[in-house]
Amino acid sequence: MRRIAEQALGAAAGRGVSYADVRVVECRSRQVATKNGKVGGMSSSESLGVGIRVLVEGCWGFAATDDLSNRGLEAAAALAWEIARSSAAAKKKDVRLAPEDRYEAVWISPCRIDPFSIPIEQNLDLLLRIDTELRRNSGVTLAEASMVFTRERQFFASSPGSRIDQTRTTSGAGFVAHSFKGNEIQKRSYPNSFGGQHQLKGYELIEELGLLENAPRIAEEAVALHSAAQCPEGVFDLILDSSQLGLQIHESIGHPIELDRVLGSEANYAGMSFLTLDKLNHLNYGSEMVNVVADARLEHGPGLGTFAFDDEGVPAQSTSVIRDGRFTGYLTSRETAAEVGLARSNGAMRADGWGRLPLIRMTNISLLAGSQALEEVFDGDAIYMETNKSWSIDDKRYNFQFGCEIGWEIRHGKRARMLKNPSYSGISTEFWNSCAAIAGPEHWVLWGTPNCGKGQPEQVMGTGHGASPSRFRNIKIGTAYGG
Amino acid sequence: MAESELLTRTDCQAIFARALRAARALGADDVEVTLGASDSALTRFANNAIHQNVSEHRRFLSVRTVVGHRTARASTNRLDDDAVRSVVEESLAIARSAESDPELLPMAEPGEVRDANRFFLSTARSTPRDRAEMVAAAIGVAQGASQNAAGICSAGESAMAILNSRGVFAYYFDTLAQFSITTMTDDSSGWAKASAPDSSEVDALALARRAVEKAALSRGPRELAPGRYTVILEPSAVQDLLGQMFFDFSATAIHDQRSFLTGRLGQPLFGAGIHIDDDVYHTLQSGPPFDGEGVPRRPLALVEGGVPREVACSRQAARREGRAPTGHGFPLPNESGEAPLNIVMRGGDQSLDRMIAGTPRGILVTRLWYIREVDPYEKIMTGMTRDGTFLIEDGGLVCGVRNFRFNQNLIALLRNVEALSPAERAAGEESFDMVAPALKVGDFHFSEVTKF
Repeated sequence: MRRIAEQALGAAAGRGVSYADVRVVECRSRQVATKNGKVGGMSSSESLGVGIRVLVEGCWGFAATDDLSNRGLEAAAALAWEIARSSAAAKKKDVRLAPEDRYEAVWISPCRIDPFSIPIEQNLDLLLRIDTELRRNSGVTLAEASMVFTRERQFFASSPGSRIDQTRTTSGAGFVAHSFKGNEIQKRSYPNSFGGQHQLKGYELIEELGLLENAPRIAEEAVALHSAAQCPEGVFDLILDSSQLGLQIHESIGHPIELDRVLGSEANYAGMSFLTLDKLNHLNYGSEMVNVVADARLEHGPGLGTFAFDDEGVPAQSTSVIRDGRFTGYLTSRETAAEVGLARSNGAMRADGWGRLPLIRMTNISLLAGSQALEEVFDGDAIYMETNKSWSIDDKRYNFQFGCEIGWEIRHGKRARMLKNPSYSGISTEFWNSCAAIAGPEHWVLWGTPNCGKGQPEQVMGTGHGASPSRFRNIKIGTAYGG
Repeated sequence: MAESELLTRTDCQAIFARALRAARALGADDVEVTLGASDSALTRFANNAIHQNVSEHRRFLSVRTVVGHRTARASTNRLDDDAVRSVVEESLAIARSAESDPELLPMAEPGEVRDANRFFLSTARSTPRDRAEMVAAAIGVAQGASQNAAGICSAGESAMAILNSRGVFAYYFDTLAQFSITTMTDDSSGWAKASAPDSSEVDALALARRAVEKAALSRGPRELAPGRYTVILEPSAVQDLLGQMFFDFSATAIHDQRSFLTGRLGQPLFGAGIHIDDDVYHTLQSGPPFDGEGVPRRPLALVEGGVPREVACSRQAARREGRAPTGHGFPLPNESGEAPLNIVMRGGDQSLDRMIAGTPRGILVTRLWYIREVDPYEKIMTGMTRDGTFLIEDGGLVCGVRNFRFNQNLIALLRNVEALSPAERAAGEESFDMVAPALKVGDFHFSEVTKF
C-alpha cells in the first residue's frame, strides 16, 4: 500500500500543487443474514483503490481509481489536477488550511477475536438459533437476524510528509421480530434498530450482546404490541432509552455542529444548520446538566467514530460541544477551521472508502453520563420509549419527530402499561433545555449508527453516540398519529 | 455505439470464461458473474463558488456460485487472473458453509432482452471544464438576483453485465447527467433539479432561473397554523413521497406480510384516476432492462383505476406462487426479493398553473425532505417541506410560508387526488427518479411548523 501511495503522491505532487494527499484503502467485509429459518444474504466483498486530493491555485481537485497500474495512477493524478484547475472558473477565494504537524504512525484498532477467523457456519448457527427462538412465538410473522463485519486498512500520505497506516475492524449484529395482525404491522428489534449494535470491535462484540437470551422477550413484545393501548397525544414528561437518545443526539446535535453545514457547503442536499457562528459560546443549547463531547479517541470507547487519525491526517481529539448546557464547539476540517479563525482542525474529516472525498463527519458525539440513579430518572409519571422506528428532522435541524418501537406509561416510577406507536416531536434547543435527569455511567452505552448519509455523491459513514437513559420535561408526544 | 469502452462485451466474456473455468475446477454446479464499470464526475458548488470537484473510476466483479442447494456471493474490484480465481473460491467457500435450501432454483435460463439505448457520447465525454462553465453560468443567474447558490453538476457513464453458466448474457450501458441547484436569500430558498441520460436535455440555466424565482417569491415567509390543507405537490415532491411505497409492490414483501398491500391487492384502494405502471422501456425512464439474475423486465400495471393489480415477482417468488417472473428480482442471495424501479405514473391534463389558478386556498410544495415511514401498514409517512413552500389564495401565489412537517397516509393521499398535470421525468433526493405528474391533493396533513 505504501508503494501505491508514494507513487500516486509523486504523480500528483510532480504536477505542481500547493498540497496533495492520497489515501490507499483496502476494505474487506462479510454480511450474513437469515430470514424465517433460511439463509437470507450471504456475501463477502473486498475492494482496493486510491483517492488523490490536490490543491492547485487555491482550488481542490479529487480523482479516485481502482486502476493501480502506473498508467492508472498517473491518469488519476492528472485528472485530479485538471479538475482543480477547472474549478477556478467559479472561485471566490483560495482555500487555506489550518496548520497541522506531520506524522509517521501505524495504528490498529483493538480486536480481541478476529471476526474473519470465525467460520461462517458459526455465524449462521447463532443467527438460525435466534430465528428459531423468535418464531417459537406463533405471533411472529417475520424473523430477521444479521451480522456484518468490516476491516478497512488505509495508508495516508500527504505532500508535507505524513505517512499514516491505520486499520479499523468493526462488527455489528442484531435481529428483528415482525408481527402482522389485523391492520397492523408491529416490530421489535434487539439490541437496536439499524441492524443492531455496531462497534469498533472484533467478534467479542457478538458474544457480549446477549442476542439469543433476549430473543424470547423481543418476540413477546412484538406480539403484545397489538393489544397495547395507543400512545396518547399530549404534553408529557418523556424518558428515552440510551439507543433512542443516541439517535436524538445524532440528529439534533451531531449534524448541526458540522461546520461545513454551518458555512453552507451542504445547502443543496443535507442542508444547513441553525448553529450560526454567532451562537458559539453564547447559545444555551441544553439544561445545565447537558454535557456533550465529540471524541474520536480510543479512551472514549470502541465507537464507529473512533480512530487514531482522521482522513486528512489530523490526530483524534476530544472536543467539548456542549459544556454545562452552553454550546462550545463545532466539528471541523483543516479548511473550515482556517475559515473561522481556529488554530487547528479538531479532526473530523472522514471519507467513505477510497472513492470519495473526505467530508466533515461525526466522530463519537456523546452525552456524558449524569449522576442520577435510574430510579430518579424514572421517578413520578412519564412516558418511556425504546428503540427507534422512524426519524426525521428539517434541513436546518430545528424541528424533529421520532417514532419508537415500544412505549410504556410510567406511573409513580413504575411501568404501568405498554403503549404502541409512540412518537414525540419538538425543536432541538427546546428539547435539550428540558433535560431534567441523566442516568449514571453504569447505564451509559456507546451506540453505533452505521448508516449516516451525507454529501454529493452520497457517502455513508458509521458514527458513535454514547448516552444513558434520560428524562425530558413537557415534551409533545403522539404527534405522528395525531391530528 | 453498441457497447461501452469501460466494459466491452468481449471483456465480459473473457472474464466470465476465467470465472467459469475456476468454478468448474473447484466443483461448482453453476456460476453467475455480474460485472460493472463506471466513470462518474461531479462538480459541487456552494456560496457561489465550486468547492468540491470529484471524479471516480470504479469496476466490480461479483460471483455467485451454486453447489447443490447452496449459494453465496463474493465480490471484488480487482479483475486480474488471481483475483478472479480468488473471488470464485471465496464464493464457493461461503456457499459450502450455507444451509441447504431445497427451494433454491437453478440459475436463470437465457431470455430475450430488448435493447434500451440510453448512451450519449457527449455526456460520457463531459470534461471538468464543461461542468465548471455550466456551474459558473448558473451561479451568474443567482448572483444577478443577489442570491447565494449551491448545487451539483454531474455526468457519468456506466456499464454492467450478467452472465451465467446456463447461457445468460445480459448487457447494458448508459450515461446520466444531473443538475441541481438551491438558491437562497437571507430568509428564503428555491430549488430545482433535472436528470437525463443526455446532458443536452438538462438545462442548467433554466433550472437556476426557476430556483431564483422561487427564492424571490418566498421572501419574508409567513407562519401558517398546521392543519389539513389542499396541497399542490410538484413532480419532484410526488416522486420523493410516493417513491417510498413501491418496495411494497413486491410478491416477497406481501408473502412476508411486511407490505401495506398484504390483503389489499385487487381492492379499490386509491382514487379511480390513479394509474401507475412499471416500464423500463418508457422514453423518460433509465436503468437496465433486466434484473439481478439477468431476467428480462416486463411492464407491470401496478395500479389500474385506483386498484393495485400487479406486483413485481422474482423467479423465487414466482415459483412459490405459480406465476411467471416479471424480471424485477434483486441479485441473489437476498432477503427482500424484488421491487419495481421504473415507475411511470399516468398524468392528467391540468398544467401546474391551471391547478394553482383553480385553488381557492392551498399550499404549493416544491420539494420534500427527510421522508420516513411512521406506520408500515397504513403507510403513514413523515417529512418536511423545503426550498419553496407557498400559500395559494384565490387562484394565485400569495407568499412564501414557513416549512411544515407532514404526517400523511399515502393511501388516503391517493384517494384525495383532485387533479394531475402531464407526467414528466422527475428527480428528487429521497427516492429513485420516476415519471410523475404534479398532484393536487385535498386534506393533506401538516402536523407542525418549523422556524424558517
